[in-house]
Amino acid sequence: MIAIELRKLFRRPRTWLTIALLDLLPTIVAILLAVTHVGPRPGEGPAFLSAVLANGSLFAVAALAIVLPLFLPVAVAVIAGDSVAGEAQQGTLRYLLIRPVGRTRLLVAKLVATFTFVAVAVVIVSGTGYIVGRLLLGHGSQASLSAAVTSVSGSALTPGQIVWRTIITIGYVAFSMLGVAAMALFLSTLTDSPLSASLGALAFLIGSSLLLTLGAARALVPYLPTRYWLSFVDLFRDPILWRNVERGVALQAVYVLVLLGAAWANFTTKDIKS
Amino acid sequence: MITTRGLKKRFGSVLAVDGVDLDVRPGDIYGFLGANGSGKTTTVRLLLGLVLATSGEIEVFGQPMPKAGRRVLPRIGALVEGPAAYGHLSGKANLMLYDASAAGRSRQTRAARVDAVLDTVGLGDVGRRPVKAYSLGMRQRLGLAAALLAEAELLVLDEPTNGLDPQGIREIRELILRLSQDGATIFLSSHLLAEVEQMCTRVGVLDRGRLVLQDDLDALRRPTGRVVVRTPDAARAVAMLDGHVEVRDGDRLVVSGSDAASLNARLVAAGLRVTELAPERRTLEDVIVEVTSPEAAR
Repeated sequence: MIAIELRKLFRRPRTWLTIALLDLLPTIVAILLAVTHVGPRPGEGPAFLSAVLANGSLFAVAALAIVLPLFLPVAVAVIAGDSVAGEAQQGTLRYLLIRPVGRTRLLVAKLVATFTFVAVAVVIVSGTGYIVGRLLLGHGSQASLSAAVTSVSGSALTPGQIVWRTIITIGYVAFSMLGVAAMALFLSTLTDSPLSASLGALAFLIGSSLLLTLGAARALVPYLPTRYWLSFVDLFRDPILWRNVERGVALQAVYVLVLLGAAWANFTTKDIKS
Repeated sequence: MITTRGLKKRFGSVLAVDGVDLDVRPGDIYGFLGANGSGKTTTVRLLLGLVLATSGEIEVFGQPMPKAGRRVLPRIGALVEGPAAYGHLSGKANLMLYDASAAGRSRQTRAARVDAVLDTVGLGDVGRRPVKAYSLGMRQRLGLAAALLAEAELLVLDEPTNGLDPQGIREIRELILRLSQDGATIFLSSHLLAEVEQMCTRVGVLDRGRLVLQDDLDALRRPTGRVVVRTPDAARAVAMLDGHVEVRDGDRLVVSGSDAASLNARLVAAGLRVTELAPERRTLEDVIVEVTSPEAAR
């Protein structure tokens, strides 16, 4: 069943269009930077954008930082929100269930397909970022692969350090998205409208982002799902500041487990009226 | 084949299915009749484990549903409330995916089996067109093909001729009769009396969630013991059959108290002209009008 769900997802033109659109924004940013050489000052704008002018390989991470706040969660919410509700809306859900595909099995297959999409999207965005960055940005004398990069803390990072820190970043960003995916999947089992499920998951994120900026919500902040999203920047400190990354992983894990549990409890006992 | 006892389903304050005791026997073509909104589709969904009963029991092949769904459902082919398919894929790709989603279906024979059912329903030559470009009738045929793909012992078909033209309806009717002859039991839910009357051997009638009638079609339509006579000499016939004419409607008389043959002999012997004479049989429509409440149309 998992193989079938993956085939359904990745054979669908919409999936690839979503990934292509995700790649578009960082590419536009890279082109603008390459043409104008006007980078944001350090500490402003999306993370790492000031550094990529010096070294294009960092654009793999910068690309993730660009899509992370909105584009990536939107894409994930759309795909995950569609997973069960889309089948319900098309009417194919009832036929799958009487085939029979067990409800738990179907949900697991949808979950795996959604998580795979997250991983594929993140890897492709950072891969595109790397290629675009190498081609367009930081191809000065100091930008060869062996050039050292200045970490956020000011010390130099070797290319080897950059590579594995980038890989951990990809993993961390993908993991951060699982909370959104789980939320959208849960809503997707509640409603027969994929749009409602996706928008619901986005409302959850926007709400979280809004509360983060509100001083009065300080007590809630450590528990907000988007709180640690940008903590991957800490991976580029010297030495790496693991605390927030670890908290981010733990927090996402709790959200994922609770929401998936709710999705399972709801879906396995639900009347399928679609 | 299908047995339910006291089956009830409540949606909020609405009792959609109210104490239904179905009894579908092996080999039946069971016509499940009812007005729109009488609870037919909910009952079908209950049988298939899509909707969970509020109370009551369901047994299919002698096994409890939905508990034994994993063993029962592979033996059922179903068309529930209209066909459904992935619009961006072709009919064949849809059926291939659908077949692959069930456990225990041979991968080697899949393409051949899919081609065979597509031929059976008359979609053998549509090619690679995506389903979103299909007409309503073609979608209906694809839904039937999906139901046949299971090579099931029990076919649960909800409005199978919906959206088909008269030629298509005839083809599907013949197909259903053929499947029945090959040993399948068919549970046909419909609101079309004519369809049920032409095909079914047994009938259940649902009215506002209650099963108000369940019997063999032949038993329902057995002669009433009265005779229908058409004669241009109606007035003389009424005088002669004094007291036995129960209904007079122009030249049509409904006569009780004697069988068709002797009544015919008496009328002719008396020199009355008879254009038509036959034992009265109730039509399915009469039966249903009798058992369902008049304001059933909701």
